[in-house]
Amino acid sequence: MNGMIPIQVIVNGRARTIEVAAHHTLLEVLRDDLQLTGTKECCLVGECGACTVRLDGRIVDSCLVLAVEADGGEVTTVEGLAPDGGLTRLQGSFLDEGGVQCGFCIPGQVMAADDLLRRVPSPSVAEIQDGLAGNLCRCGCYGQITAAVLAAAKADQR
Amino acid sequence: MRAFAYTRPTSIAEAVALLDRHGPEARLLAGGTDLIIRLRDGSLVPEVVIDLKRIAELQPGIREIDRRLVISATTVMTDIAADPRVAMHFRALAEAAAVVGSVQIRNRATLGGNVCNASPAADTAPALLVHEAIAVTAGPAGSRRIPIDELFVRSGVTTLGRGELVTAIELPIPAGRVGSVHLRRTRRRGHDLASVTLACAIDTAGVTRLAYGSVGPRPVVAVDATGLLADRTATPEAKAELLERMFADASPSPRSMRASPEYRLAMLRVLGLRGLDIAIERLAAAEGGR
Ligand SMILES: Cc1cc2nc3c(=O)[nH]c(=O)nc-3n(C[C@H](O)[C@H](O)[C@H](O)COP(=O)(O)OP(=O)(O)OC[C@H]3O[C@@H](n4cnc5c(N)ncnc54)[C@H](O)[C@@H]3O)c2cc1C
Repeated sequence: MNGMIPIQVIVNGRARTIEVAAHHTLLEVLRDDLQLTGTKECCLVGECGACTVRLDGRIVDSCLVLAVEADGGEVTTVEGLAPDGGLTRLQGSFLDEGGVQCGFCIPGQVMAADDLLRRVPSPSVAEIQDGLAGNLCRCGCYGQITAAVLAAAKADQR
Repeated sequence: MRAFAYTRPTSIAEAVALLDRHGPEARLLAGGTDLIIRLRDGSLVPEVVIDLKRIAELQPGIREIDRRLVISATTVMTDIAADPRVAMHFRALAEAAAVVGSVQIRNRATLGGNVCNASPAADTAPALLVHEAIAVTAGPAGSRRIPIDELFVRSGVTTLGRGELVTAIELPIPAGRVGSVHLRRTRRRGHDLASVTLACAIDTAGVTRLAYGSVGPRPVVAVDATGLLADRTATPEAKAELLERMFADASPSPRSMRASPEYRLAMLRVLGLRGLDIAIERLAAAEGGR
């Protein structure tokens, strides 16, 4: 029972069958086995949000999910948001508004903001603060990140 | 993280059998937001992890059965916070679920996990206490219905027996109107547990239920049936004296990194009076809206 466990997951639209160790997290498998290093490893206690991915339609901290728990599920990482090499409008807004400084937290911020805009297309500042409360930015770009989400929401309304 | 065997039972009976067979060497996995942290830091090293999420009878969901709202143990905070029946009858619980961690945490954190982890700071605990919730369990000797007040012992410890797990939390839908509220103080929203939690519920008969957490080894509930706390004409001074007695079981640890005992006790009094005011307002609004 301690061996490798075969799982099937759809990652960024592509069906994969992989073998994972029971004690490996979704974060570890995404980064180390699937080389999807856009998802960042940071606090490992669910506080910083750098490892945020979408699992079966909801964002989660992938450091707190075992890879086996994703069996049969669908995962979207930051690499899967836009078609190859492109940017979503939201990602473009992050650049335009200067929301990116060192960049480390950004994949998680973008995943959380993308999730917010799917649920709440025209969020207020308070809704943005709540939607992104699980994502820390140590450069302190919260103002610019909020502006980026507002700008993306506005652009989508047009 | 130390290696463990991962099991994925498909029935409650199978989960109970596994849990009973492995005893303290086994751990149940619901959303994992408490468990995986402890597996990683090595403070728990089970041989077997039993995932509850593939059990057909334990699928997440909220159902109304015979004037009771039955919340499956695996239901996550996001869904509890969004449920209109919870908001209508058990507003303190809806508010508590809405402030647990962040969006990412609420999408995973289950009600069963919050209760069974038995943290004194668990946000849903005071709400469940004032709403008179019942934990429905399954175990080797069958099913039990445990009033939530009899479940908590101290952090990480409940009165569940070997092989026993919580299958659902039941909330009796009150016959008359109730005004309720959940309040907390925390250092940082989205990342930290509460330094003080408080829930208050007042019914049309003037009975006030107050529950508070994070100020001692387990959350505590106290009831005022005299009608004084529910009386909007009573002075804050008169209420404060009674509140003081209801808070008698508060004994915050002097070793906590979150807040000093003095801060916690001071805030408990503030939240107590504030909670009463809000619950009275809400009860009046609900009665007016009939
Ligand atoms: C960043 C962060 C922020 C947080 N913020 C808050 C907060 O604001 N408020 C708050 O209250 N909590 C908070 N938590 C704690 C945690 O998210 C909650 O306690 C959550 O509800 C636990 O549920 P879970 O499904 O993730 O439990 P798990 O981690 O899966 O399980 C917790 C414990 O309960 C046991 N268990 C689970 N389900 C059952 C069952 N059905 N029967 C018997 N035993 C069971 C498990 O074996 C384990 O010991 C936070 C956690 C993190 C990481």
